[in-house]
Amino acid sequence: MIPQVAELPWFVALPVALLLLAGAGLTLIGSIGLLRLRSFYERVHAPTLATSYGMGCILVASMLFFSVLQTRLVLHEVAIGLFILLTTPVTLMLVARAALHRDRLERNAAVPPTIDRRAA
Amino acid sequence: MRRLLPHPLVSAALLALWLLLNQTLAPGPALVGIVVALLGGRAYDRLEQGRPRLRRPGIALRLAGLVLVDVARSNLAVARLILNRRQDPPAGFIRIPLALRDPRALAVLAAILTATPGSAWVEFDAEEGWLLLHVLDLGEEGEWVRLVKDRYEQPLLEIFA
Amino acid sequence: MTATLLGWALLLAQLMIGGAMLCASWRVLRGPRAQDRVVGLDALYVNAMLLLVTFGIRSGTQVYFEAALLIGLLGFVGTAALAKFLMRGEVIE
Repeated sequence: MIPQVAELPWFVALPVALLLLAGAGLTLIGSIGLLRLRSFYERVHAPTLATSYGMGCILVASMLFFSVLQTRLVLHEVAIGLFILLTTPVTLMLVARAALHRDRLERNAAVPPTIDRRAA
Repeated sequence: MRRLLPHPLVSAALLALWLLLNQTLAPGPALVGIVVALLGGRAYDRLEQGRPRLRRPGIALRLAGLVLVDVARSNLAVARLILNRRQDPPAGFIRIPLALRDPRALAVLAAILTATPGSAWVEFDAEEGWLLLHVLDLGEEGEWVRLVKDRYEQPLLEIFA
Repeated sequence: MTATLLGWALLLAQLMIGGAMLCASWRVLRGPRAQDRVVGLDALYVNAMLLLVTFGIRSGTQVYFEAALLIGLLGFVGTAALAKFLMRGEVIE
């Protein structure tokens, strides 16, 4: 750690520490879910734990830490947050649709079929 | 004005992102940022036909707050489901009929549902408006239908009316 | 006092994220199917990005921020391309 950290007041250091632990904990639980959940469609849910509040807590901790350390507003972590927030749903949706497509090609029974159009 | 700034929101967001990444408000980078924002707005105009209008910003803000709270709640719920070693989560697929047709509104709804742990947008049938959703905690099916229809779809219908 | 508190919190957080990366890597290696590996790889990217942010806090420099942003960008492009590949069997048609 850099020496200036010792001058941080405790009412900044404590929230930073707690936010870091909370964010890392959520990330870890999400990845454990990736291991533990049994079907692919269940596992798609697991990474969103890390990309929502897991990431949020860690980025807020970083913003708080650098803003106090450098006594100016450091906000560029918001850019990472916004970016991940926008891209995660897109990637997960793409992968889920690809998986559905593949499962249907193989006639996997665990997957709901395409809707039959009664009108047709 | 319309020719110069066809998408004020897109341009403003680009400028904000530029300044954020440069971490400065100095006139030089700000000027470059303004140029980038103007060009970006025009490029977006070429890509996208039609003009998205943010009507009812109040409802949009309320929806954002609602999503923030819901995501926090489902974070805890999913964490509990994952850490519960004794039983596997009661997961399953649900079909929900949607009244939304605006592609932008559908994109927002898809992003909300997928970003929320515990629900994932899998497929959408554009002709009849069926949404195939996979949820981690199936519970009562009507509960999920009500959540999507009343809590998210209704405000989106008003915003993108 | 604050330095030790933050030091321990950072160490624990980094260990947890490291564990998360191990879990994700296991999913990438084990599969069983290609889509499982892609989801694992996506999670691995996000975890690596968060680990870099914590390294930034530890070292007190903002160099790591740029690396984290880059990983986020490349992770998105990579996963999107892989998903497209799963769907069609080719990336560029």
